[in-house]
Amino acid sequence: MGAAPSSSTYPAAADASPARALSARLGPGATGTLLMAPSVLTLALFMLVPMLLMGVISLLQPDTYGGVKWGQWTADAYVRFLFERDLDDQWVLNTDYLNIFARSFGLATAAVVITLLLGFPLALYIALQDAQRRSVLLLLVTIPFWVNLLVRTYAWILLLRNGGLVEQAMVPFGWQGEGLNFLYTPAAVAIGLVYAFLPFMVLPIYTSLEKLDWRLVEAAFDLGANRRRALTRIVLPLAAPGIAAGCLLVFVPALGTYYIPELLGGSKHLMVGSLVQNQFGSARNWPFGAALAFALLAMVLAGMTFYALRFKRGLDA
Amino acid sequence: MTRQGNPLWQFRGLAGITGVALVFLYLPIVLLVVFSFNDNRVATLWTGFSLRWYSVVADNPNILRAARNSVIVAIGAMLISTTFATMAALQMARRSFPGKGAVNALFGLPLLVPEIVTAVASLMFFLAIGLELGLYTVLLAHVVFCIPFAYLPIRARLADMDPRLAEAAADLYATPGRAFWRITLPLLAPGIVSGAMLAFIVSLDDFVITFFVAGPGATTLPVYIFGLVRMGITPEVNALAALLLLASIAFVAVSWWIGRRRP
Repeated sequence: MGAAPSSSTYPAAADASPARALSARLGPGATGTLLMAPSVLTLALFMLVPMLLMGVISLLQPDTYGGVKWGQWTADAYVRFLFERDLDDQWVLNTDYLNIFARSFGLATAAVVITLLLGFPLALYIALQDAQRRSVLLLLVTIPFWVNLLVRTYAWILLLRNGGLVEQAMVPFGWQGEGLNFLYTPAAVAIGLVYAFLPFMVLPIYTSLEKLDWRLVEAAFDLGANRRRALTRIVLPLAAPGIAAGCLLVFVPALGTYYIPELLGGSKHLMVGSLVQNQFGSARNWPFGAALAFALLAMVLAGMTFYALRFKRGLDA
Repeated sequence: MTRQGNPLWQFRGLAGITGVALVFLYLPIVLLVVFSFNDNRVATLWTGFSLRWYSVVADNPNILRAARNSVIVAIGAMLISTTFATMAALQMARRSFPGKGAVNALFGLPLLVPEIVTAVASLMFFLAIGLELGLYTVLLAHVVFCIPFAYLPIRARLADMDPRLAEAAADLYATPGRAFWRITLPLLAPGIVSGAMLAFIVSLDDFVITFFVAGPGATTLPVYIFGLVRMGITPEVNALAALLLLASIAFVAVSWWIGRRRP
């Protein structure tokens, strides 16, 4: 595209632009390397290397005031995930951390299911509109995505807290002022997750529905299918890649979310994110925090791999 | 069959669910803005219209400092990441080279890895190499996760571009440099603008990574708001949150307008 095939093609190549002079001196391909270098070096040094370092740190002994004792290897951080030492210094099973992972997994799954139930009809509705209404509706779905997530999560505190707007709205319907304690429950966290990630579900599904050949649906009707059959046998299978992408895009951030459960769930309903944060805050146990982060990463990668095997390949074949 | 030739129109539930979903998406942010004009000291008890919490926000030097930090980091991260991403996209759009797949995966990494994992990994890395936490570490971390956001629109725009245009320029005796500045770059400009805007807003919005790698004095607006919310719900937070919300929406409106002007 832009630059650098063999100079003989260009009789007017006499001008000595610095980039050109440089690439002439370094030989063909050098310009390409120079173009790639800043991004690749930045990402390798400040993304890949920290990940590897995290793996190393998860296998070291914690230092008392945060940090680690370099060179003192141990798998304690991973053992601690499932076991703890009791008073007799025996390892006994401890399911506390496993429970937190299970809760995170459950809440992320709930978020996926609810966003799908809400997001698929929404995407289908948008896809069935004419071009003008489509672009307006898409803009409406996209705007919340651009609004700071912390601010949007905060808005739910105003709604859900005791004496908050949801309770006030219920007063005219004969409800008497006792605190309902909506806030600081797993349900509040689930609402926050659905609210935060709904656009992530709608947009990929819409993309796959937009490409759908509606003549196939008409053909199904011509062949005597009713609406439900046309939906389940034609529309849903063809939208499957979009649905899968949406599920992944909701599941991954929901699983690793930090401040939604922190703000809406209170301290009793920890998710993995808060647990990891604690190890770098009050608990001061870097190796354990690193091991937990790795476990979280493994869950995410498992989800990705499943998606890649099931859908990416299925499409190409 | 029925109108528009598409009987799926008849799913009446669709419009209803769409309405519910849109109300669900907008009600909280609308109420947030409404209650930021509330006179009452209790954040959710409406007593009357007032702008006083906005003046409280405007008079708070900590908020102004946090806002300044946010904007400095967002502009810095936008400029650096967009430059890097544009260079990389130009190369990636050309014919394949060894390691292209690995580079693609590398670009996807900040998008795939959960933010909290990136945050703690970056924190440990900065401390392990003896870097003092401050605004520079925030900027560095932001450049990393802004690169893929800036890269994707630019790469997509390049993929849509007609390679024959640059070839035609060459046939007309343009030097590669001239063809780049006169043909490729102007055509690429909308992609670069959307990439830059995406990088800017993603940096401005980031809380988790900033929260971990920001040193003392490097507090950004989202980190400051998180601290306030942890302390309690006050009308001051309402006003601050509403300001941030309106800034985001203004930003979307501008980018939408720029997108429409595209030839």
